[in-house]
Amino acid sequence: MRAPATPPVIAPGHTFGTVTDKITSIVLTNKTPLGWWAGFLFVSMFAGLLAVSLTYLVLTGVGIWGNNQPIGWAFDITNFVWWIGIGHAGTLISAILLLFKQTWRTSINRFAEAMTLFAVVCAGIFPLFHTGRPWLAYWMVPYPNTMNVWPQFKSPLIWDVFAVSTYGLVSLLFWFVGLIPDLATLRDRATGRASRMIYGMLAMGWRGSARHWHRYETAYLLLAGLATPLVVSVHSVVSLDFAVSVIPGWHTTLFPPYFVAGAIYSGFAMVLTLVIPIRKFYGMEDFITMRHLQNMAKVLLVTGLMVGYGYTVEAFMAWYSANRYEGFMMWNRMTGPYWWTYVLLILCNVVTPQTLWFKRVRGSVPALFVISLVVNVGMWLERFVIVVTSLHRDFLPSSWGRFSPTIWDWSTYVGTIGLFLTLLFLFLRFLPMISIFEMRTLLPAAKVTEEA
Amino acid sequence: MAEFDDPNALVAATYRAHYEGYRRMDAYSPFPIEELHEALGAHHTRLPLIVLIGGITGCIGGYLLQYWTASMAYPVNIAGKPLNAWPMFIPVTFECTILGAALAAVLGMLALNGLPMPYHPVFNVPRFALASRNRFFLCIEAQDPRFDLEQTRGFLETLGPQEVSTVAN
Repeated sequence: MRAPATPPVIAPGHTFGTVTDKITSIVLTNKTPLGWWAGFLFVSMFAGLLAVSLTYLVLTGVGIWGNNQPIGWAFDITNFVWWIGIGHAGTLISAILLLFKQTWRTSINRFAEAMTLFAVVCAGIFPLFHTGRPWLAYWMVPYPNTMNVWPQFKSPLIWDVFAVSTYGLVSLLFWFVGLIPDLATLRDRATGRASRMIYGMLAMGWRGSARHWHRYETAYLLLAGLATPLVVSVHSVVSLDFAVSVIPGWHTTLFPPYFVAGAIYSGFAMVLTLVIPIRKFYGMEDFITMRHLQNMAKVLLVTGLMVGYGYTVEAFMAWYSANRYEGFMMWNRMTGPYWWTYVLLILCNVVTPQTLWFKRVRGSVPALFVISLVVNVGMWLERFVIVVTSLHRDFLPSSWGRFSPTIWDWSTYVGTIGLFLTLLFLFLRFLPMISIFEMRTLLPAAKVTEEA
Repeated sequence: MAEFDDPNALVAATYRAHYEGYRRMDAYSPFPIEELHEALGAHHTRLPLIVLIGGITGCIGGYLLQYWTASMAYPVNIAGKPLNAWPMFIPVTFECTILGAALAAVLGMLALNGLPMPYHPVFNVPRFALASRNRFFLCIEAQDPRFDLEQTRGFLETLGPQEVSTVAN
């Protein structure tokens, strides 16, 4: 048997010290790079736009958005599903690849988990404000109240509340547990009094004791084992919001696996979109190597094929079911007023990733960046197609309608992207973007030989 | 407390110390080393059991919550389904199971490790700051019955450390 020569996950020549110094130096510096400030100011402007949009929404009502009967869900739910999907790659990278012992995940998992967390924050905004009276959102939580009313647990929408909030909380725990040893490193290396205090408090007195490490590793592995079914369940539950209803185009058993594959697909695209400029800007090519980008490109290709299979089966079943409403829905999706979104969706999600079969494309950073952007757009279109084209013409022609987004639809959407990137910028500045202690274990010097 | 500059030396030293009869000791490293735990003669952790209990609690609690609200506290006829429509309760029960288990894993790990711990004597050694960077430490504690400041120091010197220091309490 011949082991294929794979490029290393860390460039040669690094030691425990250099790995530590290189990653911590980004955080523990008094000189914030000018590029960081420029980027941060730029993206926080859009986060400000989100604040304006949501304030106006609360003062006026959801009428400022373009959705109305029959399209009660439009941009808001499209964006919600899009963001939740993006988050899923983070959990996939950190949990599932950990269970499969894919060590290459180590240099991108911290970053991807942060992405998950911020994506869940952005996702949560949409259903919350779509309720119309977000200040009463706590009514969805089962708690004893003077109204003597309880949530209705037979509705997928309440499943969603539980799934997404559990997902957010477990992602936060997983991320924080992963951070503890690195926070201790930052505490020990920080020179400023304030930063020592803050990192010290967050590290909670972690000292790297062997007994602690043992429990820590057990906890981390168990969390990964728990997060894996969780991530599958979350997007399945999101898909049940659609599939449990009777709307043609939604009422299908294909949805849960199809949504989960789509989530992983879009999430990996987003990781690539973010990681490519960041590794360049911070000079992290030693740690986030071409091997990482190529592996992610392969995942993108595979999940892209799964999504393509989903589209095919969807169209096939619309015909094979011989249900005239299903058949009309698919025909309308392809040739109706929104035909161009469907065509673009196929171009972005099915045709474009086929270029990843070629090694030259997988090896080209600019090409990967462009493809990842295209897939991001494509996955957004997919949700738009599912939500809007299914709703706008259902059973009764008398209740057909059209949807066109208003300026506030757009500003809210762009605003969440701004919020997402703002949080990401803060993360890059104040926390280690790569898990330092896990990087140390990857070094050849970390292997304990059998001689003691 | 002895300082080493590579993981092999620390594991070997820990085995030696355990062989010499030292029990109240701890080894510190900047990343997890499986062999170290074994070398210390430490037992398996109870954490998996705690996580299991957390998961079961979440599972039963989640189901009972739905059962009680849907069939006792606020019974409403939804599409002619039975009040206790168990298949509809599976998703939330599942989420509660995961939540219970995950909370048990994190809180259990922290509690068993005694964290957060604002003060620990090992931090009195200035060089211990490197334990989170690239150095490896073995600390024999004064509570150990075999501990004797001079003798133990002498023993640690024989293990080929970079430096041996006394930890002030």
